[in-house]
Amino acid sequence: MKISMGTVGFAVPIVAGVVLALIGHPAVQLPPPSPAVAATPAASGFALKSVSVELPVSDVVFPGGAKADAIAANCLSCHSAGMVLTQPDLAKAAWTGIVEKMIHAYKAPVAEADVAAIVDYLQETRGAK
Amino acid sequence: MIVSGAAWAQNPTTPATIDLPLPGGPDERVITTAFPQKGPMILQRTRPPLLETPFEVFDRGVFTPNDAFYVRWHWAVIPTEIDVDTFRLSVRGHVDKELSLSLKEIVDGLPRVELAAVNQCSGNSRGFTEPRVAGAQWANGAMGNAKWMGVKLRDLLDRAGIKPGAVAVRFAGLDEPVMSDAPKFMKSLSLDHARDGEVMIAYAMNGEQLPLLNGFPLRLVVPGWYSTYWVKMLDRIEVLSAPDESFWTKNAYLIPDTPGADMKPGQAGVAMVPINKMVPRSFITNLKAGGTLKAGTKNLVRGIAFGGVTGVKNVDLSMDGGATWLPTVLGRDEGKYSFRQWQAEVAPAVGDLALMVRCTNDDGLAQPLANNWNPSGFMHNGIETVRVKVA
Ligand code: HEC
Repeated sequence: MKISMGTVGFAVPIVAGVVLALIGHPAVQLPPPSPAVAATPAASGFALKSVSVELPVSDVVFPGGAKADAIAANCLSCHSAGMVLTQPDLAKAAWTGIVEKMIHAYKAPVAEADVAAIVDYLQETRGAK
Repeated sequence: MIVSGAAWAQNPTTPATIDLPLPGGPDERVITTAFPQKGPMILQRTRPPLLETPFEVFDRGVFTPNDAFYVRWHWAVIPTEIDVDTFRLSVRGHVDKELSLSLKEIVDGLPRVELAAVNQCSGNSRGFTEPRVAGAQWANGAMGNAKWMGVKLRDLLDRAGIKPGAVAVRFAGLDEPVMSDAPKFMKSLSLDHARDGEVMIAYAMNGEQLPLLNGFPLRLVVPGWYSTYWVKMLDRIEVLSAPDESFWTKNAYLIPDTPGADMKPGQAGVAMVPINKMVPRSFITNLKAGGTLKAGTKNLVRGIAFGGVTGVKNVDLSMDGGATWLPTVLGRDEGKYSFRQWQAEVAPAVGDLALMVRCTNDDGLAQPLANNWNPSGFMHNGIETVRVKVA
């Protein structure tokens, strides 16, 4: 489902009252600036509560069937596919650089034999035309 | 970038999507409600999470609600359970006395400070960088403003006692890389910066404890500096006697050492330095590209601005491509590191109208007309233009 701009209105501002009061009164007295850092002795306690949450798992897969085997086998351990698939169209040299960075800077365990197939896949799906 | 809550609630099985207008695409993103302590967010990546704030949130006031505050993690091993009774923050390294503090000792034992400050990803708006560059393809929603409450880093460092010869302070959190030989996410500040009395350790934002994904229970707040320094789930502070040579400080988050971090694609021999102070930005929040204004009457134009490393001096609006600029009225000043609301009234003639907005900060630095370019798409801050119809 796509939400088109035309069908929905602007968010109603919580500050509408303040804003409207200012219209047409450019000389209006604005409140004085608050000090950058205000220190108070920690008198009134602030209680923190333990947290337990669950993070969702990604269901995004690299499309393309067998062509995606190499990228699926090597590129999903540290991050899900979403950000890879939303990259702009990049030159092959840029894709090679990214795969090299994953291996050398971030220690991605990628079989040397798979590098070419991964770069080819990226070039085909998100390569500069 | 307007999305109606009701519209997707009607049909929960089909995810709502949004088109970020990124030049050349791909620009469709899912609006997700699947993340804990978060409302609808623009999904940039599920694991580790990259969640963008829907832009209409910025029209609702200068403070970004915690459940709409953007999220950015580097490594996927993120604890999902935090016990406030066993959590400890350690201070180690070049200090007289190493510390291991409970949350209670931090909250009750040190003077409390409050500060409104913008937290903005170094790569906010990267998706608009042209020619396009790799990285998280954010539109303008990788930023937020909160009232942070916590303690001064200086107070904590003083309690540990800094030994002579210390030069920097390094920060790290509970998140870990997936591969054990990969570089843990850590950032450092010079000792002088760390002790400036403004850098703080926050245990609350907007009056509540931090959402886990924004760094519960403790987050470093580095006012006026990009978010990469605002280490989340902060649990270790290390005072260093030599400059930090580790990956995320020395090799990542580098910008060209040029005005506005600007260079030419492919330009050789440019010195690179760690990203640091933020630069001014401003946005129109109550109008969208393609929207309409009424001819023959006054129309309210409103938005937010921030000065970066200092306050907002003024925000100006242009309706003639930047030839002339009209002053706007600034809203309440929440402090120099905060978003500041601005507004103006315009009575344009029928036709196409390009509204441009420009912030000048208290150092006299104004947003440039053209966007910068650098290989990582950092520090984007060109003047924003919104094209509307007047009818
Ligand atoms: C060992 C962990 C790891 C593996 C495995 C890995 N990456 Fe990454 N990747 C990272 C990190 C860390 C980042 C940067 C931090 C972030 O963006 O969250 C990143 C970022 C990216 C980006 C964004 C652009 C950029 O340069 O930051 C792309 C695209 C990407 N990875 C593609 C890949 C591909 C393709 C593979 C398979 C060859 C891969 N990754 C495997 C850790 C990994």
